Amino acid sequence: MFKSILFISLCILALTILLNLYRVIKGPTSSDRIQALDSIGINIIASIGIFSILFHTRAFFDLMLLIGILSFIGTIAFARFIERSVVIERNR
Amino acid sequence: MKPNDVILQSVTKVAVVIIFTFSIYLFMNGHHNPGGGFIGGLSTAAAVVLLYLAFDIEKVRENIRIDFKKLAALGVLIAVCTGLGGVLFGEEFLTQAFGYKELPIFGKTELTSALIFDTGVALAVIGTAVNIILSISEDR
Repeated sequence: MFKSILFISLCILALTILLNLYRVIKGPTSSDRIQALDSIGINIIASIGIFSILFHTRAFFDLMLLIGILSFIGTIAFARFIERSVVIERNR
Repeated sequence: MKPNDVILQSVTKVAVVIIFTFSIYLFMNGHHNPGGGFIGGLSTAAAVVLLYLAFDIEKVRENIRIDFKKLAALGVLIAVCTGLGGVLFGEEFLTQAFGYKELPIFGKTELTSALIFDTGVALAVIGTAVNIILSISEDR
């Protein structure tokens, strides 16, 4: 019972990632693409959590933190790029 | 109009400390668990890039007085010298050694020569990653 619920939620998360991928490719503006990329990162973190429940392991917890940090920095960099068209400023 | 970065800069001041701590944890975890010099260096480089994003290049360069090109070269030098240490004792290149020592605070600790090699790898990765990102961001 519990395992089938986990499998169903994994399938729903995979479907969500596919829909987000459609938004990344097709998205009308670049803000839509950035939001979809951030949402893909969050969905990957959730699927890693479900995988570590399924496999009874704690080895992937570092990976969740790492993906969270990298997607945070990537979102900030993309947001800076569409707001000012310069990612790293030389002198403010 | 003057750009307003108050939220980003205040979040960065807290988050950079957490990311540096996490990268040190990943670096020290690498002997028996997932982690190691490469991924520890990459997450340190991510923290430095976050600093560059929130503040500007001049400000970070004033406060972190490290030449990242020299840091990468120093890392490769440390890694190669650790590998050559095995040759000095008549073993093959990159032979590793370990032993157990009583340290004051930690108690009985396993000390390895792979840790020094990993330090070299981490320094090389930090220097290379920050250098690549800085040279991509310079477009003029």
